Amino acid sequence: MSNEAATATTTAEAAPAPEPLPHGLGASLPAADARAKTEGTFPYAADLWAEGLLWAAVLRSPHPHARIVDIDTSHARDMPGVRAVVTHEDVPGAAHHGRGKADRPVFASEVVRHHGEPIAAVAADHPDTARMAAAAIMVEYEVLEPVTDPEQAFEAEPLHPDGNLIRHIPLRHGDPDAAGEIVVEGLYRIGRQDPAPIGAEAGLAVPRPDGGVELYLASTDPHTDRDTAAACYGLEPERVKIVVTGVPGATADREDQGFQLPLGLLALKTQCPVKLTATREESFLGHAHRHPTLLRYRHHADAEGRLVKVEAQILLDAGAYADTSSEALAAAVGFACGPYVVPNAFIEGWAVRTNNPPSGHVRGEGAMQVCAAYEAQMDKLAKKLGVDPAELRLRNAMATGDVLPTGQTVTCPAPVAELLQAVRDFPLPALPKDTPEDEWLLPGGPEGAGEPGAVRRGVGYGLGMVHMLGAEGADEVSTATVKVQDGVATVLCAAVETGQGFTTLARQIVQETLGIDEVHVAPVDTDQPPAGAGNRSRHTWVSGGAVERAAKMVRTQLLQPLAHKFGMSTELLQITDGKITSYDGVLSTTVTEAMDGKELWATAQCRPHPTEPLGEHGQGDAFVGMAFCAIRAVVDVDIELGSVRVVELALAQDVGRVLNPAQLAARVEAGATQGVGIALTENLRTARGLIRHPDLTGYALPTALDAPDIRIVKLVEERDVVAPFGAKAVSAVPVVTTPAAIASAVRAATGRPVNRLPIRPQAAVVTDR
Amino acid sequence: MTTHAPQAAQAVTLPTTLDEAVAALTAVPTAVPVAGGTDLMAAVNSGQLRPAALVGLGRISEIRGWQYQDGHALLGAGLTHARMGRPDFAALIPALAAAARAAGPPQIRNAGTLGGNIASAAPTGDALPVLAALEATLIIAGPGGARREIPVSHLLAGVEMLRGGELIGYVRVPLLHAPQVFLKATGRTGPGRAVASVAVVLDPARRGVRCAVGAIAPMPLRPLDAEQWVARLIDWDNNRTIVPEALAAFGEYVAAACIPDPVPEADGTVQPLPPAVLHLRRTVAALARRALGRALS
Repeated sequence: MSNEAATATTTAEAAPAPEPLPHGLGASLPAADARAKTEGTFPYAADLWAEGLLWAAVLRSPHPHARIVDIDTSHARDMPGVRAVVTHEDVPGAAHHGRGKADRPVFASEVVRHHGEPIAAVAADHPDTARMAAAAIMVEYEVLEPVTDPEQAFEAEPLHPDGNLIRHIPLRHGDPDAAGEIVVEGLYRIGRQDPAPIGAEAGLAVPRPDGGVELYLASTDPHTDRDTAAACYGLEPERVKIVVTGVPGATADREDQGFQLPLGLLALKTQCPVKLTATREESFLGHAHRHPTLLRYRHHADAEGRLVKVEAQILLDAGAYADTSSEALAAAVGFACGPYVVPNAFIEGWAVRTNNPPSGHVRGEGAMQVCAAYEAQMDKLAKKLGVDPAELRLRNAMATGDVLPTGQTVTCPAPVAELLQAVRDFPLPALPKDTPEDEWLLPGGPEGAGEPGAVRRGVGYGLGMVHMLGAEGADEVSTATVKVQDGVATVLCAAVETGQGFTTLARQIVQETLGIDEVHVAPVDTDQPPAGAGNRSRHTWVSGGAVERAAKMVRTQLLQPLAHKFGMSTELLQITDGKITSYDGVLSTTVTEAMDGKELWATAQCRPHPTEPLGEHGQGDAFVGMAFCAIRAVVDVDIELGSVRVVELALAQDVGRVLNPAQLAARVEAGATQGVGIALTENLRTARGLIRHPDLTGYALPTALDAPDIRIVKLVEERDVVAPFGAKAVSAVPVVTTPAAIASAVRAATGRPVNRLPIRPQAAVVTDR
Repeated sequence: MTTHAPQAAQAVTLPTTLDEAVAALTAVPTAVPVAGGTDLMAAVNSGQLRPAALVGLGRISEIRGWQYQDGHALLGAGLTHARMGRPDFAALIPALAAAARAAGPPQIRNAGTLGGNIASAAPTGDALPVLAALEATLIIAGPGGARREIPVSHLLAGVEMLRGGELIGYVRVPLLHAPQVFLKATGRTGPGRAVASVAVVLDPARRGVRCAVGAIAPMPLRPLDAEQWVARLIDWDNNRTIVPEALAAFGEYVAAACIPDPVPEADGTVQPLPPAVLHLRRTVAALARRALGRALS
């Protein structure tokens, strides 16, 4: 009591009272590394340095498909300054690697299957020497005809001993003879998005005295990468350590094994540290892209617009290797009908190999492509019925308890109709008629050619859904340790901070549970127990869950002696602002006192409830949880030039619970902006399998001027009981939904079908006015 | 043995006058001149170019401003896009100012120069169609204080080339005291390379219209017939009015001149233009119509 009074007096005297720092769940705690990132002092992988380091360069295939007749490295080896050259012959362990299916060679040996596939790597004492030596490696190719059309892949010569079909899901749900009075059909194409991660991809490999190697990488899944590397190097996993350096931000897999694996090989061979910083071109060639997809849909509805049956064929272009295409296909097929009640569904999905650039995990994969298609179908249906597009969607909206075409019952909150009503009823943005005409931001930009008389405004809707965590029986476990000493808590967890805000969340969880404000999150390496990949918001769920359990265990350890002494259970004690008080106020002491110089540790795991693989007919409870989003897009289209500017995105999302409002808003805005890129500009173009413009001039990302006003109209906080804290994933579902909403708005503005993403200018032009 | 040393040593000279720069280039024929470096350094960084030596032009104050010379402006080749975009410059040569403002993000505009835009001669160079429409003349500095003049279109078309040791010193542009418009179609709302661009300048003294189309060919295209045709339809004495139909027809005329219909095959069949080319043609037509419309409004 006296303590409290003393504190109160001090606070009153210190005028003006200092703003208490935000802490605990629900507060907008700023990210600990935000200052370093804005000031440019944050250490990224490209800033790494070791005494006496060598520089690596990777020789990549200039052909999308060729047979390797001969590799002659003698010229490169003889160059002054070159210390080692490695090819497929120098891989001591497994020659192939890959998630799910080990089908990707470390270095191509007999055939190259995509433009940019690694063939050899060089270590030299200067980056230019390394690059020149890589160029001096003589590779004799027998150029083969590339398979670039996924539709041809079924009939083409197998590109791989496993054949060209990576996965086929024939989903059958309901009555195949069901038919509706109204039928609409469409063919849709989605382009190839590059994740274009900010920050150069880089890595440093350092040999260890025990014959192992340490890899310093901006990895988002360090334990999987370590296991892959150890297998390829022929070492036990314990002798390979991955230390995660600052990750500049990841919306997809950052790791390009094409240079990570050679780095370690070169370090082991030279016994020197070896570094590589990839150019943007290498980055475009090496890492995984979003699956280009071809979709054919037929929707049947009754006269009121209620969906009767959906038939679809979905073809994903996986590129040369399987990678995560199987998961992407499961999401595409599972969510092929969207967040709508569809009693009968017949979906055929295929993922096939081609010689196009490799596809893999980019957030919202599979779900994004189908969302663009089913929402286009809903627009077509609304037009045919003469019903308002939002009204048609409301008539079909899914709710908790409805069944997905996979036979899985949606048990989590699914407030789809509520989300859509929220964005529909939000006031439309005003026309800029009250400001001078030369200040209007028209399509084409401030110095562009836009003319008010040719600009039409359109409003469109998108409803999207995405699953959280890995699907189909993936073991999504995470382990975390919480340590408390001297009033400071430390979290040890191998969950990588990729910009999703995990370290901030971990601090908030510990603050909330232990009442300790000073919380540090330790850097990540593979000596810690695995926490899994940093995607599908799994760290908020499983790693956050593990941190909470560990913190609760520490809390029990801390309070048990006190509770015992006062003869009450630990639940009757509470910790706030570093003080422990009992429910009746009899006990009041500080955490530091209760600690009594002890060090408290606890480690806990979190494992969500299991899922099962999709069966023969695409049936099964494959997804742990789902998140939903509704977006109303408002666009301006210059109908003569076909240029589009997204004016506003009004967004309502089902988030379960808001854990950090500022961070949540940032994630939603980032996701929606990535969606703007898919809708309008981002498409990595290829010509006969060759990437045409692997640079950020040719590949146009959205700039600040392209990013629309993003209004978060409503966040539905209906807690998901199975998720720790009840929180849902927030980043992916805006990526999934935004392109569909923008396409819908362009359709409304122009009356054109808009069945291809990104929307090409010629598809947004109105010629017959 | 290490390979650090030979690559680390790169000679850079920083002359302060045009003649010194020419002398430095003549002395080391393998040296490459660099002004803003927005194209050159990108090529160096990507390893496509390894200049043996560099001659930096950034300290030559005489080419970083402009002066007047019998009805013309003599623009220094070292003028940055940022400088050309400012209102005082826009009052003199509005289309060049508009092109400079559209030429990329602020970082590029602060560094990139007029001379560099001409020397790199990228098809998407935004200043180039404006200079072509203005019929600008380049003043080339050569060894021994020599100066020669070549029309910008000759350099861009390769009719005349820069010789060893020569530098673009100045660009002479007529001061027309009449509206000028530069319009550019890009793929996004933010800064981007032109898909097509159109410059239209009016020459009231000669009662002429001059138009150039950029980005759709290796060099800017001049639709001369369309210019002469439309100049006759403008009522020069009456506020330069024109009927709207003539504006639309001008757009179509320019587009058809720059992107002609395909030549019929031997058997008389005509392959239609691919959709992307048709769209480009529509884009050029819309830009030309809008540009002339704004110039005359």
